Amino acid sequence: MSSKPGESVKDVVARGISRRYRNERIFRALGLGALCIGLGFLAFFFYTLIANSYTALRQTRVLLDINFDAAVIDPAGNRAPDDLATADYQRLARDALNAMFPDITARAERRELNALLSSGAGLELRSLVIGTPTLIGTKEPVWLLVDDDVDVVVKGHMSRDLPENQRRLNDRQLRVVMALEQQGRIEQRFNRYFFTNGDSRDPELAGIWSATVGSFFMLLVTLALSFPVAVATAIYLEEFASRNRWTDLIEVNINNLAAVPSIVFGLLGLALFINLFGLPRSAPLVGGLVLSLMTLPVIIIASRAALTAVPPSIREAALGLGASKMQMVMHHVLPLAMPGMLTGTIIGMARALGESAPLLMIGMVAFIVDIPKSPLSPSTALPVQVYLWADSPERAFVERTSAAIVVLLVFLLVMNATAILLRKHFERRY
Amino acid sequence: MLALALVAYYVGRQRAVSVALAAGNARTVHSLPGYHGGYVALWCALPALAVFVLWQVIEPTWLRTSVIAALPENLRTLPGAELGLVYNDIRNLVVGNISSSEPGADIMAAVQRYRALRDLSHSLVSAAVLVIGVAGLVWAYRRVRADFRARNRVERAIEYLLVAASSAAILTTVGIFLSVLLEALRFFGQVSPLDFLFGLSWSPQTAIRADQVGSSGAFGAVPLFTGTLLISGIAMLVAVPVGLMSAIFLAEYANRRVRAWAKPMLEILAGIPTVVYGYFAALTVGPILRDAGSAMGLSVASESALGAGLVMGIMIIPFVSSLSDDVITAVPQALRDGSAGLGATRSETIRLVVFPAALPGIVGAILLAVSRAIGETMIVVMAAGLSANLTANPFEAVTTVTVQIVTLLVGDQEFDSAKTLAAFALGLVLFLVTLVLNFVALQVVRRYREQYE
Repeated sequence: MSSKPGESVKDVVARGISRRYRNERIFRALGLGALCIGLGFLAFFFYTLIANSYTALRQTRVLLDINFDAAVIDPAGNRAPDDLATADYQRLARDALNAMFPDITARAERRELNALLSSGAGLELRSLVIGTPTLIGTKEPVWLLVDDDVDVVVKGHMSRDLPENQRRLNDRQLRVVMALEQQGRIEQRFNRYFFTNGDSRDPELAGIWSATVGSFFMLLVTLALSFPVAVATAIYLEEFASRNRWTDLIEVNINNLAAVPSIVFGLLGLALFINLFGLPRSAPLVGGLVLSLMTLPVIIIASRAALTAVPPSIREAALGLGASKMQMVMHHVLPLAMPGMLTGTIIGMARALGESAPLLMIGMVAFIVDIPKSPLSPSTALPVQVYLWADSPERAFVERTSAAIVVLLVFLLVMNATAILLRKHFERRY
Repeated sequence: MLALALVAYYVGRQRAVSVALAAGNARTVHSLPGYHGGYVALWCALPALAVFVLWQVIEPTWLRTSVIAALPENLRTLPGAELGLVYNDIRNLVVGNISSSEPGADIMAAVQRYRALRDLSHSLVSAAVLVIGVAGLVWAYRRVRADFRARNRVERAIEYLLVAASSAAILTTVGIFLSVLLEALRFFGQVSPLDFLFGLSWSPQTAIRADQVGSSGAFGAVPLFTGTLLISGIAMLVAVPVGLMSAIFLAEYANRRVRAWAKPMLEILAGIPTVVYGYFAALTVGPILRDAGSAMGLSVASESALGAGLVMGIMIIPFVSSLSDDVITAVPQALRDGSAGLGATRSETIRLVVFPAALPGIVGAILLAVSRAIGETMIVVMAAGLSANLTANPFEAVTTVTVQIVTLLVGDQEFDSAKTLAAFALGLVLFLVTLVLNFVALQVVRRYREQYE
């Protein structure tokens, strides 16, 4: 800003002031804009997620008049449980569907027609019959599962106007579906299997329960290992340790561990727990071990903060009344610091729940249909299930992936909300 | 054993109470009854536990040597690897699995022997644990007297426990370093470190047969490093301006209500699992970019570096913003007041006074964010490609160090091939780089903090 002759300082300032105010406004707008980009993404993110996921709550079913033919279910006629369990129930469903379209007779067309039914339809009939064997020999209307390709079309995720070669259903199949719709025999019902089943190759049968149980076992192991060790470490570092090389080393280590990429912990788990100790692959136990090493620093740092927040006067009062140092810590400081420690633990657990990269390393990316029964049985975890489904080509898995993500986020939200409530409830000012 | 320890606690406590009653005055006993009980329980449980753990470690070797020693001559003199196979067969038969070959009579005899020995060792160990536990109990029980300082002993034991727990962090670091380093060294025994660090082509498929086409198996990691840098660079281009500007806005301009809402909302971004970001990058952002690219006449791969980098940048925003926010609020108010007193506008104060004062802390925050970006796995696994292109074009698919670690190690694989060992070498590089970055960042931040405290 050069001053012209005959101009006072005041004039120079006045000349620049509007430009400076404009810059001020621009700067402020930039800041607000940056904040809006961040929050806008968050909103966009939740919008797409919810828009994609809510359809997974409902599953298309078809109403078929099933003839519970005794000759198919129980040819021997003795109602033996083994016979009832192994009968060809899928055939009942197929027969009922074929009976509705008697003009379809060619073998290939019949096969196309049968492909509209889910392979889970037979399983449903089986549990129906085993539950109430009196059904045998009667004819009842039953709402049965359809294949995921039909589900996708009925929900409108795949346009019916696409050329035939780009559709999963061909023209004949589509006509059948539309005929069924016109008869009011196609309806969307609550998708129970999503919450009770394990993984499946058929999207209409796939659920998140086995992954949830796997995650639960893993968090159990993580909690049992990391909470005591982390609290003990925090107590030692805050209350007992003198500042020397060793404790400095421990502190540097904790801070560094908190920032080591999670995948490196996975490498540790693979090399140490699986190859050296011979623990089984894909087991929640190993996952829990790895995750507890990862969450240790988080809980330690939170616990130390909770311990420092306890005022020294309480310590001095306890010591003054003749308590030993250990009694002072265990009877007075620790109970006061416990809410803070629990808050840190819950936050650490929430992070462990969302972690998936180290689990890929230790073989928890498995196709798990069964519900895991113990921390040693092979299982997968919720985030890994999301990863697996995101890789699946079927269109019907998209809504399930989103729904699984929503479930995962709800768990995280509940955990974090608990932590915040805990903090609010027990927070005290000294 | 737990039951025994509980019994010991109770017995020791009772003894202390009765000693106190006999003395007629509870004050004559040095420690509270609970401490005496704890003392007895410790003496009961710890030695027994030590014996148990020791035996658990020794048992497999002991079983192996004694079973092999009893094998017939022709089996015993087999070379190491084949002997291992035979032994594995025996163990599989014991567990009831199918073995690799039809078991012969001598193998069956060995199986019998293995079973007998195992049962023997189990009963021996239970007996030993019981005897040692009871012995410890009795010994400690006899020491319970009025003037016995049980509390001091128990407290010392607890303190040792605390020390042991706090070494866990060091053990983890050492464990990570050793496990990765040892496997990486085995890899460098097969591939020279120079080829690995400076080689320009990466195709880790080693052939099963020697005469197969493309059996060379090149392990030049430069394309991976450039891919990682490209994606992290894009991520930082998104995260640093957005994160920094929102931090400045929140710290300097926003009123308390906006701050109380916007800050936690931004931090939600940090709490979303990375696999969710990966899904988002692969299924939403990738196609959007591809369509936008083709509309503008650019060919954008659906697994482009741009998509992964953008989403990763959004993930990192809260790291940059919350750390910079702390740093900016830590700048003393006096500096701002002085600048305002000289007539500077708010933005001039921020740009010319606050920002330079906070710069070291901001640099530290950015370094931490870079180390995050380099080590991030799920986003790139799901949204970046697998092909190792040596390119700086953000519209093409590149691969990163973490993607390659995952692809090399997921699924079944033999543990000796250069292919799987390469993953550990990559892991070593990753670990060292992030370690250095974190260390420098922490030092910078700490020095900065001390400046104003």
